[in-house]
Amino acid sequence: MEPIIRTENLTIRFGGHTAVSHVNFEMPPRHLKSIIGPNGAGKTTFFNLLSGELRPTEGDVFFKGESMASLSAVARTRKGLGRSFQITNVFPNLTVLENVRLAVQSKEKIRYQMVRHFLHYKQLIEEAEKLIALVLLDGKEHAIASQLSHGEKRKLEIAMLLALDTEVLLLDEPTAGMSLEEVPAILDVIRKIKQTGEKTILLIEHKMDMILDLSDSIMVLFNGKLLADGSPQEIMDNETVQNAYLGGLYDENLAES
Amino acid sequence: MELLINLTVNGLATGMLIFLLASGLTLIFGLMSVLNFAHGGLFAWGAYSGVWFYTLSGSFVIGIIGAIITGIILGFITEKLIITPVYGNHVQQILITLGFMLVLTELLKVVWGPNQMAAKVPSYLAGSWEFGDVLIIKYRLFIIIVGFLVFGVFQYMLQKTKIGLIVRAGVMDKDMVQALGINIKRVFLYVFMAGSALAALSGVLMAPYSGVIYAEMGFEFAILAFIVVVIGGMGSFPGSLFAAILVGLAGSYMAYYVPALSLAVNMMLMAIVLIFRPQGLFTAKG
Repeated sequence: MEPIIRTENLTIRFGGHTAVSHVNFEMPPRHLKSIIGPNGAGKTTFFNLLSGELRPTEGDVFFKGESMASLSAVARTRKGLGRSFQITNVFPNLTVLENVRLAVQSKEKIRYQMVRHFLHYKQLIEEAEKLIALVLLDGKEHAIASQLSHGEKRKLEIAMLLALDTEVLLLDEPTAGMSLEEVPAILDVIRKIKQTGEKTILLIEHKMDMILDLSDSIMVLFNGKLLADGSPQEIMDNETVQNAYLGGLYDENLAES
Repeated sequence: MELLINLTVNGLATGMLIFLLASGLTLIFGLMSVLNFAHGGLFAWGAYSGVWFYTLSGSFVIGIIGAIITGIILGFITEKLIITPVYGNHVQQILITLGFMLVLTELLKVVWGPNQMAAKVPSYLAGSWEFGDVLIIKYRLFIIIVGFLVFGVFQYMLQKTKIGLIVRAGVMDKDMVQALGINIKRVFLYVFMAGSALAALSGVLMAPYSGVIYAEMGFEFAILAFIVVVIGGMGSFPGSLFAAILVGLAGSYMAYYVPALSLAVNMMLMAIVLIFRPQGLFTAKG
């Protein structure tokens, strides 16, 4: 199958520091790949290179075979290559429904119809409500976003990413800062999205059990380099990965929790 | 009692004129954090062009429409020519908009001459209504009604339309709105034009209220508008209405009871708000 997304020699340097170094990777459509690696391995930078938030020093990103080099982040989103928002980026004073509705309507151009009452746009609201249900926030449509729990905010954020209707979904640590009780719900949300069979998902995560449970494949970044890429079993069995990093990750996880 | 009601009506009318000026300013600042010191110039241009259209046609309504159109056109030109090149740089914004304010003021004198111009209340709004002992000047009531109407229309747009949602979200976090792929610069242009139209409307309504118009009138009123934006909270539309009425009423009461303090009272209000609630009474940011 032709890869939906592919990088060639992808590299970015900040001054003397090479954050992402000559990464060649590809993934087939409707696949869920996790990216793991210790803090500072370049995972988020790698995401930002894919989404267009950052420009590579060398190399290129290809989406469905097309070079993304000249496209801005917004243009890439329009093409179907997703965005990632690491911090909780919801609009605090808007309701859940308004947040998602804004993302749904962002696909449209700004025209004069914009001044009509939004109730004229039934499909807009229906689509937003469908997404809210998909991320298990139904019943909270009219809650103000700032009053949601941290986990609920992350769900809302995922709903907004889904609303952008991109084929590729970039999820940067969706469980970051979450309490242990909230994690299974996010897991369910990601599993549900996967089950729709429409999305290609790239996931940055620290929680190993979650990664093993969800992923079709795993890639490991270490010091900006691609250390390994393969099925969860291959990665677990890979000695280089174990030596270089997996032990350290478990310690780090213990330290965090 | 009669006196109190008259002072209140007077204060409300002045407050509404300040509100029309401040509401555009607060949205422009809230949405793109652009400091627009030329806003008062648009107010004066609204007054002059409105009176000109009014005198020419004999119809106050045409005067108002003419002023609003002038405001929209000038708003478009100002945003494209003056504001766009200095996005994100406050120092440059202050310098260039202050400079443009002077240009707008001088241009008024070029077009309409350096002298003051008189403006009359149209006959159907002249005079007053008597309610028992209380005399209410019609034109003041008219200004108050227009103010509330404008507030209602804009509040409806902000709360119930697609573009309103973008504006409200943009005031909270414009980078995130942009990240969603929305062309916020376009939205901002529209907001700027709407804000300029409101400033011009305020100017043309002010003209018969004060009886005379002069090129520098924008400076005086813009200061009040800035005070209102600070008190109400930058980016808050309801906040600007509340604060404008507060400033209008305070000015009106003080001018009668403690005339010596009538100019100082607004500064005092602003100082108190800045000390105890520096983000303004109504904050849009969460």
